[in-house]
Amino acid sequence: MTDKVDAPLNILEMRGITKTFPGVKALQDVTIEVGRGQVHAICGENGAGKSTLMKVLSGVYPFGTYEGDIVFENKVVEFKDIRDSEAEGIVIIHQELALSPFLSIAENIFLNNEQRGGLGLIDWNKTNAEAAKLLARVGLRENPTTKIMDIGVGKQQLVEIAKALSKRVKLLILDEPTAALNDEDSDHLLNLILHLKEQGITAIIISHKLNEIKKVADSVTVIRDGKTIETISKNDVTEERIIKDMVGRDLENRYPDHTPHIGDEILRVEDWTAHHPQDVSRVVVDNVNINVRRGEIVGIAGLMGAGRTEFAMSLFGRSYGSKISGRVFKNGVEIKTRTVSEAIANGLAYATEDRKTYGLNLIDDIKRNISMAALKKLEKLGLVNDGQEWTVANEYRKSMNIKSPTVLAKTGKLSGGNQQKVVLSKWIYSDPDVLILDEPTRGIDVGAKYEIYSIINKLAAEGKGVIVISSELPELLGICDRIYALSEGRITGELPIEEASPEALLKLMTMEKAR
Amino acid sequence: MSNLETKPADGVAAGSQVNPVENSFTNRFSHILSDLGKNGIFLALILVVVLFSILTNGILLRPQNISNLIVQNGYILVLAIGMVMVIIAGHIDLSVGSVAAFVGAVSGVFAVQWGLPWWLSILLSLLVGALVGVWQGFWIAFVGIPAFIVTLAGMLIFRGLALVVLGNANIGSFPDEYRALGNGFLSNVFGELELDPLTLGVAAIAIIALFVQQFRTRKGRASYGQAVEPIVWFIAKLVLITVAIGFFAYALASYKGIPITLIVLAVLVLVYGIVMNRSVFGRHIYAIGGNLHAAELSGIKTRNVTFWLFVNMGFLAALAGLIFTARLNLAGPKAGDGFELEAISAAFIGGAAVQGGVGTIGGAIIGGLIIGVLNNGMSIMGIGIEWQQAVKGLVLLFAVAFDVYNKRRSGGR
Repeated sequence: MTDKVDAPLNILEMRGITKTFPGVKALQDVTIEVGRGQVHAICGENGAGKSTLMKVLSGVYPFGTYEGDIVFENKVVEFKDIRDSEAEGIVIIHQELALSPFLSIAENIFLNNEQRGGLGLIDWNKTNAEAAKLLARVGLRENPTTKIMDIGVGKQQLVEIAKALSKRVKLLILDEPTAALNDEDSDHLLNLILHLKEQGITAIIISHKLNEIKKVADSVTVIRDGKTIETISKNDVTEERIIKDMVGRDLENRYPDHTPHIGDEILRVEDWTAHHPQDVSRVVVDNVNINVRRGEIVGIAGLMGAGRTEFAMSLFGRSYGSKISGRVFKNGVEIKTRTVSEAIANGLAYATEDRKTYGLNLIDDIKRNISMAALKKLEKLGLVNDGQEWTVANEYRKSMNIKSPTVLAKTGKLSGGNQQKVVLSKWIYSDPDVLILDEPTRGIDVGAKYEIYSIINKLAAEGKGVIVISSELPELLGICDRIYALSEGRITGELPIEEASPEALLKLMTMEKAR
Repeated sequence: MSNLETKPADGVAAGSQVNPVENSFTNRFSHILSDLGKNGIFLALILVVVLFSILTNGILLRPQNISNLIVQNGYILVLAIGMVMVIIAGHIDLSVGSVAAFVGAVSGVFAVQWGLPWWLSILLSLLVGALVGVWQGFWIAFVGIPAFIVTLAGMLIFRGLALVVLGNANIGSFPDEYRALGNGFLSNVFGELELDPLTLGVAAIAIIALFVQQFRTRKGRASYGQAVEPIVWFIAKLVLITVAIGFFAYALASYKGIPITLIVLAVLVLVYGIVMNRSVFGRHIYAIGGNLHAAELSGIKTRNVTFWLFVNMGFLAALAGLIFTARLNLAGPKAGDGFELEAISAAFIGGAAVQGGVGTIGGAIIGGLIIGVLNNGMSIMGIGIEWQQAVKGLVLLFAVAFDVYNKRRSGGR
């Protein structure tokens, strides 16, 4: 690199990195150069190898388990574990935050790096004062003694960054930092990254979200199937080019064609109200009225905390909330949904936004996950028909294109997209009339998203009613026939797709209660 | 994190499209490996048996001792069946020893003090056990108090109640039919013979039934297009099991015949095996242990399942108490001391996971047998109770450590 005089000095070069797991090459000759003081984005589908690459870099996969060289600050480094890389100033912030919920912000920031006073005991004044300084740098106005569990995910993310700063970070790696954040928190975070860049901190950001890449990144490297496809500099970045690189083909249309055949009303919810489960005085879902017709895909748009998931879960067998009231009609006849099994028996299905926590038994196989909500269909005299179960699961594996050689694979080992297909299979097999899909494409790559949309279309074409809850407005606009906007637990508007636009929806989504 | 875990699975999928030959080979290889993992516990039992046969100069495998092994450890195996189910659901039961003592004492009141018929005494005692389960199940399932706390309380409560019922004395001399539960043998139906033909006949039937069942399952799987284990491995396993059953039956037949305890156990293993493998209830137990939230949101009535699990545990604890009391012909205050620990050890040695969701009845039985052989073998060698305790503790630790290591290597969670 020294011979190229005009090139900016690279803080990091990873040369020809190859990482093999038993039976599979996760990374193949990956090369990437990150300029000092730049923000470098890494894009790729789930399973493309982005996280593996970062684990190689940060020493999670120690030196010797991969081929190739890592050059950091002009010298070849051989990290044996994550402490080695942190000592050099490389800090990685994982998708799943590594904070201890019952400890304070300050305690978390200095975890394993405690500020000691005399006798080796912890100096709490120093700890909290130093933490306050770091919080100011990341723009978080919270008392350092506040417990992590009492602040939102967006603020927790900032605590992670403060923690990184406390380690004198030179290269900050953020793995899908905005995946769980709302727009406002995302904006703040992205601005913070740009702000830190001005202070000379280099950042690598792994992201699915193309608009945020365009906002912060100086250059983008696209990885596909464990190989670097190309590195694009800021001025040449276009959404089309990145998507093409990621999926290896042109995606002319990100949403499959959908010709609605809308029939009679299949579900109507009247005056639905739910309160917070602990804080009973707090109304979380406020007098919601919605309806869905056969063959219709209805969207629910709302900012984080608007009560979307809370509405869906309280409706689905009162899985959330307290003091729930309201009426539900199916085909014009009132039904009860007091327990989950009652809701299922009445033809409702709810696919959760959080597959791993609420949707799947990760230590069990695909087959048993698919049959979980409808064992009754396979049962005779209390015994499950194993063979039939296998046949059913295998049919779904093929029809839903779940990428696994067998239905006996554990769902914990599948990629996000395939896990979501298992969840959808489970609910489709329960034979519902109305499906509520909560963030059906969260954390899923572009190609799998398209498949999920096609499945949703197919369900509607079969005459089912589909309710899609999503944070991504383009997604709702791309697949829905009608969209409700939810704000502070209330329906603030309803737009047929012809009248819906991001601007119109956002206006409704941010409409506040008259106080 | 998630990306790392997705890689191997995707890789296998891709590999199967690209190179089917290599894949079938690796499949077979990985099958044997995973089978070794699954059957590791079985191999461990064989190892322990061989080890103690040598250390005891063959006394361990004498017909009388083999018969004793079953009779002496019957109660642990009964408890292990219930315990592994509780553990799979993600709970624990510390009270089983006390409940066994309590029910033993109560059965003494029924059968000895009140002079009720033996069968009525047994039925009532089992009912008392189930009621104890109702009590604990209520607190755990419907009030939501952790099973650890409820059964810790139960451990004290029922030990106390056992002492109250016994009134600081032993109750003894049970009716013969009652005692048969712990001491009886089914033999000499065809007269006094060198080798009991009934025992051998039952063993033959058991082996044939096993073959038929195994082949049918295999054929059934194959007809549904499921992958089956390589035929060599399959046959080898069958032969091994056949030899084991044959030897076992020969030993029993040349001693007193089939212990009644063994018949009870066989019925329990069969019934609970079906419950855990095939029944909806069993599926729900695994689902709850694997992911409680997902189970709830799939419409499984998790509270009911948990409640009935503990009712069942109470019932089995009562049965274990009866077997133990019948064997000693005495209901005493120290009965059932430490049973819970042996049952829990059996479940974990048998491959159950502390987090729940994983475990089998068969594994728990083999785990219980390993403990039984350790108890028996060390007693024959004249090793003191203090060292027996220490050795059993180490075996539990190493067994679970091996399991954890195995899972980590195979890339499980």
